[in-house]
Amino acid sequence: MISPWRDERLRAVAAACVTLGFAIGVFAISFGVSSVAAGATVGQTCALSLLVFTGASQVSAVSVIGAGGTAASAFGGAALLAARNGVYGLAMAPHLKGSLPTRLIAAQLTIDESTAMAAAQEDEAHRSAAFWITGLSVYLFWNVGTLIGALLGTAIDPATYGLDAAFPAAFVAILFPLLRQKRPMMAAAIGGAVCLVLIPFTPVGVPILCAALAILVGAPE
Amino acid sequence: MSWTFVLLLAATAYAFKVLGLVLVGDRTLPPVIDRCLALIPAALIAAIVMLNTFAHGQHLQIDARAAGVGAAVVAAWRKAPLIVVIVIGAAVTALVRKLA
Repeated sequence: MISPWRDERLRAVAAACVTLGFAIGVFAISFGVSSVAAGATVGQTCALSLLVFTGASQVSAVSVIGAGGTAASAFGGAALLAARNGVYGLAMAPHLKGSLPTRLIAAQLTIDESTAMAAAQEDEAHRSAAFWITGLSVYLFWNVGTLIGALLGTAIDPATYGLDAAFPAAFVAILFPLLRQKRPMMAAAIGGAVCLVLIPFTPVGVPILCAALAILVGAPE
Repeated sequence: MSWTFVLLLAATAYAFKVLGLVLVGDRTLPPVIDRCLALIPAALIAAIVMLNTFAHGQHLQIDARAAGVGAAVVAAWRKAPLIVVIVIGAAVTALVRKLA
């Protein structure tokens, strides 16, 4: 076990993970605002963040309902977006050992951010540390941000501050370290291209899942 | 929005997470599968960036977000710290939107 306060590298990893959590919290304000604007109560909005806890699904659900879509179509898109966490779970499983209760908690924290921060680490110990610190800090900030946004309601327009771009910008920053090697670089290029091409032709959520096919570039020895 | 919707989505989302991490993930996999699974974050995160930058529902659209994310790409490429990349992305988007 590495002592977190003696290991300088771990301190740097922890700082990056908490910073990401904070940024996601800022984005959560924009989720809270749009959820209440779409007709959810403050309680329902907070329940979505506490229980569903997968940002893309939540944002997709409230934007479909806000645009007048049916509950069924909102659910379908959100569920498809949530399916990728199952794929992340497969990728994270070899690095997250522990008792069943520990892994049941880890499952709730298996999201884009925690998986990406773990993948960016070069050794096993930092990998699981990055997963847990990111998962827990995103959980904290995401829920606090949601509550703030839900209470602010329509008093602010998140688009004015560019908060909608904070989310993809954060992902750009966590994607870059993953691209140092050739295969992840190819997987990213193909995944991004597949998603872009499919957006106009397939239901919400499908482009992301199809992008996962890019992992097949890992098949050759 | 109904509470049934909230709880059903919560159950579905958690079921996917448990399915991948706990139920399937417990088994030892052949090396070829491991090599592929290691590429999941890169493939999906690139896709998420595309979706959140260019998608407007089911349409593709180039707007202020593209300028903001483009600036974020330059910042990340120049190895700017995470928080700086995020602030640049949001600020450029807000600025372009204001000027447009």
